[in-house]
Amino acid sequence: MHELLAVIVKEFLQLRQDRKMIPAMVVGPIIQLLALGYAANLDVAHVPMVLVDQDRSPASRALVERFTGAGTFDLVGAEDGPAAIDPWLVEGRAQIALVIADGYGEAVAEASAGHPPRVQVIADGTDANSSGLGLGYASQILAGAGAEMVAARRVPGGARMASGRYELVPRVWYNPDLKSRWFYVPAVIAMVLMLVTMILPSMAVVREKEIGTLEQLSVTPLRSWQLVLGKLIPFLILGMLDMLLVTGLVTGLFHVPLRGSLLVLAFLTFLFLLTTLGLGLLVSTLVRTMQQAMGLCVFVLMVPMIYLSGLIFPVENMPRGFQIASYAIPVKYYANVLRGVFLKGSGLGVLWPEALSLLGIGLTVLTLASLRFRKSLE
Amino acid sequence: MAAPALEAVHLTKRFGDFVAVDDVSFDVHEGEVFGLLGSNGAGKSTVIRLFCGLLTPTSGSGRVLGIDIAQDPEGVRRRIGYMTQRFSLYDELTVRQNLNFFAGVYGLRGRAKAERLDWAIRMGDLGGKEDLVTRSLPGGWKQRLALACALLHQPRLVFLDEPTGGVDPISRRRFWGLIDSLSADGVTIIVTTHYLDEAERCDRIALLDQGRLVALGSVAELKEVFAGRAVLEVTCPRYLEAQERLEKEDWVREASLFGDRLHVVVDDPEEGRRRILALLERDGNTPATAQRIIPSLEDVFIHSIEARGATP
Repeated sequence: MHELLAVIVKEFLQLRQDRKMIPAMVVGPIIQLLALGYAANLDVAHVPMVLVDQDRSPASRALVERFTGAGTFDLVGAEDGPAAIDPWLVEGRAQIALVIADGYGEAVAEASAGHPPRVQVIADGTDANSSGLGLGYASQILAGAGAEMVAARRVPGGARMASGRYELVPRVWYNPDLKSRWFYVPAVIAMVLMLVTMILPSMAVVREKEIGTLEQLSVTPLRSWQLVLGKLIPFLILGMLDMLLVTGLVTGLFHVPLRGSLLVLAFLTFLFLLTTLGLGLLVSTLVRTMQQAMGLCVFVLMVPMIYLSGLIFPVENMPRGFQIASYAIPVKYYANVLRGVFLKGSGLGVLWPEALSLLGIGLTVLTLASLRFRKSLE
Repeated sequence: MAAPALEAVHLTKRFGDFVAVDDVSFDVHEGEVFGLLGSNGAGKSTVIRLFCGLLTPTSGSGRVLGIDIAQDPEGVRRRIGYMTQRFSLYDELTVRQNLNFFAGVYGLRGRAKAERLDWAIRMGDLGGKEDLVTRSLPGGWKQRLALACALLHQPRLVFLDEPTGGVDPISRRRFWGLIDSLSADGVTIIVTTHYLDEAERCDRIALLDQGRLVALGSVAELKEVFAGRAVLEVTCPRYLEAQERLEKEDWVREASLFGDRLHVVVDDPEEGRRRILALLERDGNTPATAQRIIPSLEDVFIHSIEARGATP
């Protein structure tokens, strides 16, 4: 126990001496958080729109009003014919074009089932994300306009069933405004933890390899488990502190609700850290230099894990093979944990499969890494 | 006689096809300063790493303080000290933090720890430098700190793998002073070096060449191989040609190159000198000189290695 403590104390002393490590662990999370919180914002607002209104009727003006009134679309110009739209989209001055053809007003006035009013919405597909969302908003606006039209045609007090259509009233739970920030910001916790508990410890172990102290230590009575725990526990503690730091920022600065219990979050974070610490140690047994450790951690582990975990891209949209592979990725479970605890207020009653998966992967990787590490000492 | 502090019995270590240590046997007595010598890659460090339990022997066996290295490497590690040329210290930590850490690793605590730390600081003459960052220390200080760290747990046997590499001559001399006083306290010391002046300070030395033990004994014993013979140092302009010519003469025991000079071993110094000069004169390889010298350890080594090469 004293031997273990000696290693832990030494590790903290080293971390304190390292003028690059501490800023990386405190400033790093904050920068990542600001970047993802403010920049990685997929919510669409103020989409520049060019208008071609060939109808010029009160009805067409009312429709344009609907588009520009909500702040989602900004009218940036008007043209006489659809042919003139192209330069607007090519030059990026507009992202979406609304074309109201001649006869729209009449069609609205008649509103017969055989001749529904038609408008055309053209979107710049190069930025598929915002255009898709823009189109989504546009169809919502048009649907709203259509529904009102039908209602207006009805005789006062007339039968509600007259239109004969279902009316869809969506309710989005947990994140009613579909704020993408709520979706992305918890992901920062996962990324920060991978940095602090996977990349840093693997580099700390490899560094001892480089300077020869690892060999020196293997000629002492220090057991390999004491060495492994002594090297990993400090990063476990730092990881937990970073988790608290980012959680504080996420809830304080970005007003993402923490609906579940912090204790549950801490416990499941601990299980997640078993996997990242294990992977970090495993990497350290595979490489000789700190640069190799860094490269392996970032490019072979961290980036693919983030992509395949559902942290950013939904797993459901991936090809089957990738979906299966994602089951081996601890970040996938931790992403569920983060969103569950933050947004849904889930407890262990719901998240136990994630807890078990993390524990299973964590123990497997840690055992494997420790065995390899022990072998590498001999 | 007491059991040897360390013994190697047909110790062999292979890495694939490469034989790093080839059937090496020797004993080291308690309190002895034992030197392992040889060129780079001769197998010195491998022998030490085998005895520290960092490597396991392919065949043969070794015992340290009566413990078999293959059976109880842990037991060996607890009882030995190990220091390498790399001075494996934590550069960013202070002298005291390094000492504290290694004391902790060796399970020292309380009063025993305090006593050993005091001892280490006195022994390494590190007083007043306790709070300096190790990185900022000159090589000689780092070397003494590394030795102090390796001795905190009072091992009865210490391995020093090229401990004086990259250190200035004054620090080297001082370091050997420490080695002598340890030995006087009964600590057995096994040291590798390729400085021959350091080898002369060892009680006994073993010479390794390509993994094999080619000579073993005290410096005086090893120089005995020249008993009844003389070593002549010869200078001449075309020394390569001269070496080739002299080696063919049956009255020449050995002719070796030492830089731009030749060391020639003959039975009779006067007779040899006359013959060498006459031969060089005939070849027009002049001006030439030949002088009797006291054989150095280097002569002994070259003799041992060449003698082994002649009889495979």
